[in-house]
Amino acid sequence: MQEVEQTITDYWQGFKSGSWQSEINVRDFIQQNLTQYDGDESFMAGPTEATNLLNNQVLNLKKQERENGGVLDADNSVVSTITSHGPGYLNKDLEKIVGLQTDKPFKRAFMPFGGIRMAEDALKAYGFETDDDSHKIFNDYRKTHNQGVFDAYTPAMRKARHYKIVTGLPDAYARGRIVSDFPRIAIYGIDRLMADKAHDFEMTGDGEMTEDVIRMREEISDQYRALNDMKKMAASYGFDISRPAADAQEAIQWIYFGYLAAIKTQNGAAMSVGRIDTVIDAYIARDMKLGRITEEDAQEMIDHFVMKLRMVRFIRTEDYNALFSGDPIWATLSLVGMGNDGRHHVTKTAFRFLKTLENMGAAPEPNITLLWSERLPEGFKRYATEVSIQSSTIQYENDDLMRTEWGSDYYGIACCVSAQPIADGVQYFGARANLAKTVLYAINGGVDELGHAQVGPELAPITAEYIDYKDFMHKYDKMLDWLADTYVNALNVIHYMHDKYYYEAAQLALKNTRLDRTFATGISGLSHAVDSISAIKYGHVKVIRDDDGIAVDFITDQDFPRYGNNDDRADDIAKWLVKTFYEKMNTHHLYRGAKLSTSVLTITSNVVYGKNTGTTPNGRKAGEPFSPGANPAYGAEKNGALASLMSTAKIPYHYATDGISNTFGVTPNTLGHDDATRKDTLVHMVDGYMENSGMHLNINVFNKETLIDAQAHPEEYPTLTVRVSGYCVYFADLTKEQQDDVIARTFFDQM
Amino acid sequence: MRLFDTVSDSPTIPNAAHEPVVGYIHSIESFGSVDGPGIRYIAFLQGCRMRCEYCHNPDTWNIGVGEEMTADEILADALRYKAFWGDTGGITCSGGESLIQIDFIIDLFTKAKAQGITTCLDTSGGPFTRDEPWFSKFEQLMAVTDISLVDIKQIDSAKHRKLTGFGNENILDMIQYMSTHGDDMWIRHVLIPTRTDFDEDLTKLGAYIKTLSHVQKVEILPYHTMGFNKYHELGIKYPLEGIEPPTPDRVANAEALLHVQDYTGYLTWRPQQ
Repeated sequence: MQEVEQTITDYWQGFKSGSWQSEINVRDFIQQNLTQYDGDESFMAGPTEATNLLNNQVLNLKKQERENGGVLDADNSVVSTITSHGPGYLNKDLEKIVGLQTDKPFKRAFMPFGGIRMAEDALKAYGFETDDDSHKIFNDYRKTHNQGVFDAYTPAMRKARHYKIVTGLPDAYARGRIVSDFPRIAIYGIDRLMADKAHDFEMTGDGEMTEDVIRMREEISDQYRALNDMKKMAASYGFDISRPAADAQEAIQWIYFGYLAAIKTQNGAAMSVGRIDTVIDAYIARDMKLGRITEEDAQEMIDHFVMKLRMVRFIRTEDYNALFSGDPIWATLSLVGMGNDGRHHVTKTAFRFLKTLENMGAAPEPNITLLWSERLPEGFKRYATEVSIQSSTIQYENDDLMRTEWGSDYYGIACCVSAQPIADGVQYFGARANLAKTVLYAINGGVDELGHAQVGPELAPITAEYIDYKDFMHKYDKMLDWLADTYVNALNVIHYMHDKYYYEAAQLALKNTRLDRTFATGISGLSHAVDSISAIKYGHVKVIRDDDGIAVDFITDQDFPRYGNNDDRADDIAKWLVKTFYEKMNTHHLYRGAKLSTSVLTITSNVVYGKNTGTTPNGRKAGEPFSPGANPAYGAEKNGALASLMSTAKIPYHYATDGISNTFGVTPNTLGHDDATRKDTLVHMVDGYMENSGMHLNINVFNKETLIDAQAHPEEYPTLTVRVSGYCVYFADLTKEQQDDVIARTFFDQM
Repeated sequence: MRLFDTVSDSPTIPNAAHEPVVGYIHSIESFGSVDGPGIRYIAFLQGCRMRCEYCHNPDTWNIGVGEEMTADEILADALRYKAFWGDTGGITCSGGESLIQIDFIIDLFTKAKAQGITTCLDTSGGPFTRDEPWFSKFEQLMAVTDISLVDIKQIDSAKHRKLTGFGNENILDMIQYMSTHGDDMWIRHVLIPTRTDFDEDLTKLGAYIKTLSHVQKVEILPYHTMGFNKYHELGIKYPLEGIEPPTPDRVANAEALLHVQDYTGYLTWRPQQ
């Protein structure tokens, strides 16, 4: 230990000292070594020749991949682990940051631990066969997560899943949503992290071998091994990450090796990059002070790092792609934010990350997320909105709200919109339950309106010609009780099995050993549930039934208030519903003492949820897509964009700490008739939304005609990127159905 | 020449302060970012006498219909969006022709100013007259208006009459008044092929604007065909059927002839205290 300490300090020359030196504490490193930047974007450098060459290579591979039906190459035999593949390069001589998931760019790895069937189906979907040995090992000898889950599911859970009142459960793929503290590797080196884990291992349990202690000790051992493997992987690329990074290039490279270990072992629903901008900035600032690098060098490193994040690929099944389309991996990169001490965390490096969109063109990954506060400096705000207008690739999240709710200024965004304390927080991802379909279950006595099977509890259906509000609410309440019970307990099974069969050793090795866990759940169909309840309350709803007595259509005699107009009559229903469902779920046991959280977020799955839901009383026809996330129903908004945003902003974040997503589409001309006005408008819009406690905004700026043209001529728009709920996709990578949905979404437009 | 019987146009005659003036509202837009500085809450007032061939809101023409709202009700609704307004945003009254309900706007803007809200008047100037009692009201309105958006539809009065049904003399008179009295304004001009897109008229208009003071912005609004559906729904014949929006070249030409680039005051504009 003594020796390690001594060599470490050599690498820390030039940094301000603090408690980060005596214990692992990245936040304190940032506190001591933050260089705020209040200026504008004029200091930055364009792409180097090497960047242009490499970027063209990546764009070409992407093109080939698309022409090849979505997958260029896949490994069918080597099971992906941290050390499974030898080094791989785009062009070794030009790359400033190196490392690939497999030995070749765009070659997708074989990752069977989430579920062998899913892994084999994914290969099959793109014309590959699993190699015989691998097939035998994972079918005959080695059980995977998916099988574990189905060994324990109850029939009720299977039914809820089959009839899609609950969809997207991570029971056959990795749950993801862990934000690792990657900068630890750069600041401390792996040896120091291993020493710390060894110490934690010693300190776990007092000799009394309870199940908790045994599990903890096994997990720490797995983490320790993963750290050791990271060193081996880095060594295969010629780097020694046992020690801290010596300069900025190494710091970025060390961070990337940590990320690479994560994506080699987990094909999670989200593989967040976390919050690395201020640490990288400190290294760049130190190098510049010493005259080691120029601005051009710094930008090149950032560009090449981001290029790597753009190249991450997982092979998925068609079902998965239907839910989360466009090959997303949610390499979510959280930038800026405020410190608890009132200092903003805008650095030149945050600018440099945004600059990558200009230097290498728009791309969906990394999923750039700005932790926004009204107190961020004007220069940054204006540049960020400019990039937003140009590329539609940025999401904005309310830093003031999250920092306060989570009690930490060192948190990152996992997945799309969920905050997570980086040093010691972890989230168990849990998909979402369909509250609009539950409205129909309440009306139909628990019988699925499409499958005509008894799925929910056999309550008396509503048989009157007109729905009585009180009667409905009584039944809806009971149906929500059942849904909360079934849903939360299915997740208890899933997370138990995930820890057992697909433990995230690499990602958790880069966090504190003692964790605060959140048990994530989600809501889909909020706007349609709310408008349907409002219709029943105010609109005098008549039911049309089929021969089996199942409600198949509804007629409303009177107009009724709709969510999305800043009208409390409807918005109060939304507030009530989110809180009520949260409280019902919260009555249940939650795996490993986790704290319940929920989200109003659907990603692209709003299309699939809608497809599996019959006609709802608000007038939405069977099969029509839901509005995404917490957005109002399409066409419900009558008072303009701000009224719509204000409705969403009213949903209480306290009961939905996994995020409340709003996807905002606007035409350039609506923002203003010139660039300066457009930037100003966006800055004020985001500021205003957040001041009203709005949580999240995806901003898309383009004309509907552009999308229609891009649908007809995809070859002319290879990199047209759109933000969907919580992430970004290449428009060309969406299914026709999803493209139609994006085109149909509300675009606020005025001339 | 009196173009409008403006006094009787007012839905109510102003009287004792305790009796609220009612406005007839066509619709509300919470997010206006092209109708005045910053983000604005726009009250579209019902009623207009002009019959511009290219009007894209024919549903705002009828006078004395629409939702009845008091200034206090509008203010309470608008104030919910205050956080979005920054230093320059606020409330805009548009139309229809907003000045037809001048009493209502005076009431609304007076109350808005008392709360520190920036006020913006969007008008084509049709009801303007120096006749009393209307003119005094107009002066009263200007005292509580931070900025006006004035639409000059055609500089040539004869063509203006053909396009809108009325000449433009009183409109130019209103603009002259604003220029003389230090009232900030944006000048806007809709560019319509075969109606307003003539170099001769644009040159004349450009020269006219140059004679004015306090012009913060000059803007060309390219004609668009989005109003077409409304005509269809209302069963009115669309006078500009078959006319396409101007080409980007013609828009650039008009912007050059109107010296749009010279008017940059709007970039740093702040309401006068």
